[in-house]
Amino acid sequence: MTTTERAAASHLLPSAEPLGLIAADGGPVPDPALELPDGEVLLRLYQGMVAGRRFDTQATALTKQGRLAVYPSARGQEAAEIGGILALRPQDWLFPTYRDSMAVVARGVDPVEVLTLLRGDWHCGYDPYHANVAPQCTPLATNTLHAVGFAHAARIKGEDSVSLVLLGDGATSEGDTHEALNFAAVWQAPVVFLVQNNGYAISVPLAKQTAAPSLAHKGIGYGMPSVLVDGNDAAAVHAVVEQAVARAAAGEGPTLIEAVTYRVESHTNADDATRYRDRAEVEQWLARDPIARLKQYLTDRGLLDDARQQQIDARAEAEAATLRERMNVDTELDPAELFRHVYAEPTAALRQQAAELTAELTTGDQA
Amino acid sequence: MTAIAEPVSTAPDLDTLTMAGALNRALADALTEDERVLVFGEDVGTLGGVFRVTDGLAARFGEARVFDTPLAEAGIVGTAIGMAMNGLRPVVEMQFDAFAYPAFEQITSHLAKLRNRTHGRVELPIVIRIPYGGGIGGVEHHCDSSEVYYTHTAGLRVVTPSSPADAYALLRQAIDCPDPVIFLEPKRRYWEKETARLDHHGSTLDRAVVRRPGTDLTLISYGGALGTTLEAAEAAQEEGYSAEVIDLRSLSPFDLDTVAASVRRTGRAVVVHEASRFCGYGAEVAAQLSETCFHYLEAPVLRVAGFDIPYPAPNLEQHHLPGIDRILDAIERLQWDDSAAAAGGGA
Repeated sequence: MTTTERAAASHLLPSAEPLGLIAADGGPVPDPALELPDGEVLLRLYQGMVAGRRFDTQATALTKQGRLAVYPSARGQEAAEIGGILALRPQDWLFPTYRDSMAVVARGVDPVEVLTLLRGDWHCGYDPYHANVAPQCTPLATNTLHAVGFAHAARIKGEDSVSLVLLGDGATSEGDTHEALNFAAVWQAPVVFLVQNNGYAISVPLAKQTAAPSLAHKGIGYGMPSVLVDGNDAAAVHAVVEQAVARAAAGEGPTLIEAVTYRVESHTNADDATRYRDRAEVEQWLARDPIARLKQYLTDRGLLDDARQQQIDARAEAEAATLRERMNVDTELDPAELFRHVYAEPTAALRQQAAELTAELTTGDQA
Repeated sequence: MTAIAEPVSTAPDLDTLTMAGALNRALADALTEDERVLVFGEDVGTLGGVFRVTDGLAARFGEARVFDTPLAEAGIVGTAIGMAMNGLRPVVEMQFDAFAYPAFEQITSHLAKLRNRTHGRVELPIVIRIPYGGGIGGVEHHCDSSEVYYTHTAGLRVVTPSSPADAYALLRQAIDCPDPVIFLEPKRRYWEKETARLDHHGSTLDRAVVRRPGTDLTLISYGGALGTTLEAAEAAQEEGYSAEVIDLRSLSPFDLDTVAASVRRTGRAVVVHEASRFCGYGAEVAAQLSETCFHYLEAPVLRVAGFDIPYPAPNLEQHHLPGIDRILDAIERLQWDDSAAAAGGGA
């Protein structure tokens, strides 16, 4: 492309308003620019969100009981968390952040293994290769580059696998995000960036984070198609992520998606959101609840009745009960593990330090 | 790692190569033998690298395996991590020591830790090649001795060659290694030639070697300063001191066994490096020797190092870099008179 052609590449720009399929009141969005997922997918999205919220509530409760050291809630973001994950194929990969436990569980990772990190037993409790989920990323935006590299490697190896990376509004200010968008576009890597714009980076609101018209607009500078979507509309998130995955799988390169949503809870249980935002603002977003709106939509169309609802609730409740029960079992940690996974083989110094710790613990037992 | 039997050869084929040439050969051989190996970074493709270490590789192996990236070091290391998670073996180049710092978070928080974070499930066989150190008249930000930033980080291996043949062997072994390796290339030695047989099966990645045997004292060095240290040992011989010279090669892990065995024999040690003295690598060597060899030492372990200053401008760097005279001065200060008395007492 010449410079002029590139400058005219306005097709890369996101829409002025977030794309949607189902409005906040549960009614259909008129003249949608997206194709509505079929009823079965909508039900799976609904069930996933109900289970996700129940998991989230249970995890928050576990912090109060001292079973988790900390928990960053994703309450209110269920549409973005679940909508994106259910659009992935089994061979695709997920690169989540610390707030995306709900998405990791939805991808098929054992919830107890997911919570190992937040319980404080080990940094990543699950095998990333089991359900194609990278370790949850705590430093912001570093996972964007891992996703691009992983996706590029898939292409080099001739494998049909797309990487979906989750990041937040705050992470879009980090340098790694910009390097990742640039590398992905230059390499035309099969990767999808899903920004969950939940309004706050801990206490800092979006207005202090960026002067861009939207976070999705950041894609055009890298030559990447960008999509702005209603992040509380699971059907719409699913539709745009599915499109982006299909584009990437077809060799047409990366997509940047901004899902506009809201973090209903504080940053973590250790944070107090009342110090930096009004209750009225939260109330306004509660009225846009992603689960309530899909429930309304499905009920109005006869896709969800009381019996099905009870089934979905009972399943979520049973999963939460199992999780609670398993998390209430005290874990036995082996201090020798500290030295086992630093290098492929422990160095002489690590072997000696392991022996020192063992001796220290043995002496402690005798005292 | 592959275990290939040593070829039986009565007339080993010797090569005369610079260190840059030996590194180039190592990359080419690794690319040939293992299709998972990739080489990428800034200017490493068409140009062949600013030091020509990757010269000709893109043409020979194709731009899918040897390629230029956007100019972003965190991006290079971060994408290499993703590629390694997906089964490839990236060898990336940071163009200069101080230009690697944008990648520091990816190196320390992810490259070094992912094996540990995942209970050994994620392995990252990545080599980060970094031309480092001074002595080439480089302008600012082109001459840092950045080794201890990396040696202080658990999970990384840090190696540095001092000669062409060793550069070949170490780089081949680094590429075969399942751990991430920071591969520090002393730029001032890039163009020095050596005639030797290139082979990587005879030594291991984590051992120091005795470059020059001696009986009176042990000089411990690595990388760019090793050559100067060997010259100082020759000069010391003329003054009557027999100096053993150890080339550490591996800075992490540290081969205490080889170093301590030498120091127990000689009773005296001087560590020589270009990097600043304060919290420099020599501090660790001196500490470990005093912990493990105290009763064998006839004198405190001394350090000959760069000053505790930001790397100086090129026209002043000769005052910063440890030279032969500074090493000889340190040898003189190793309490020879006291030790003669101690030796008389039967030590």
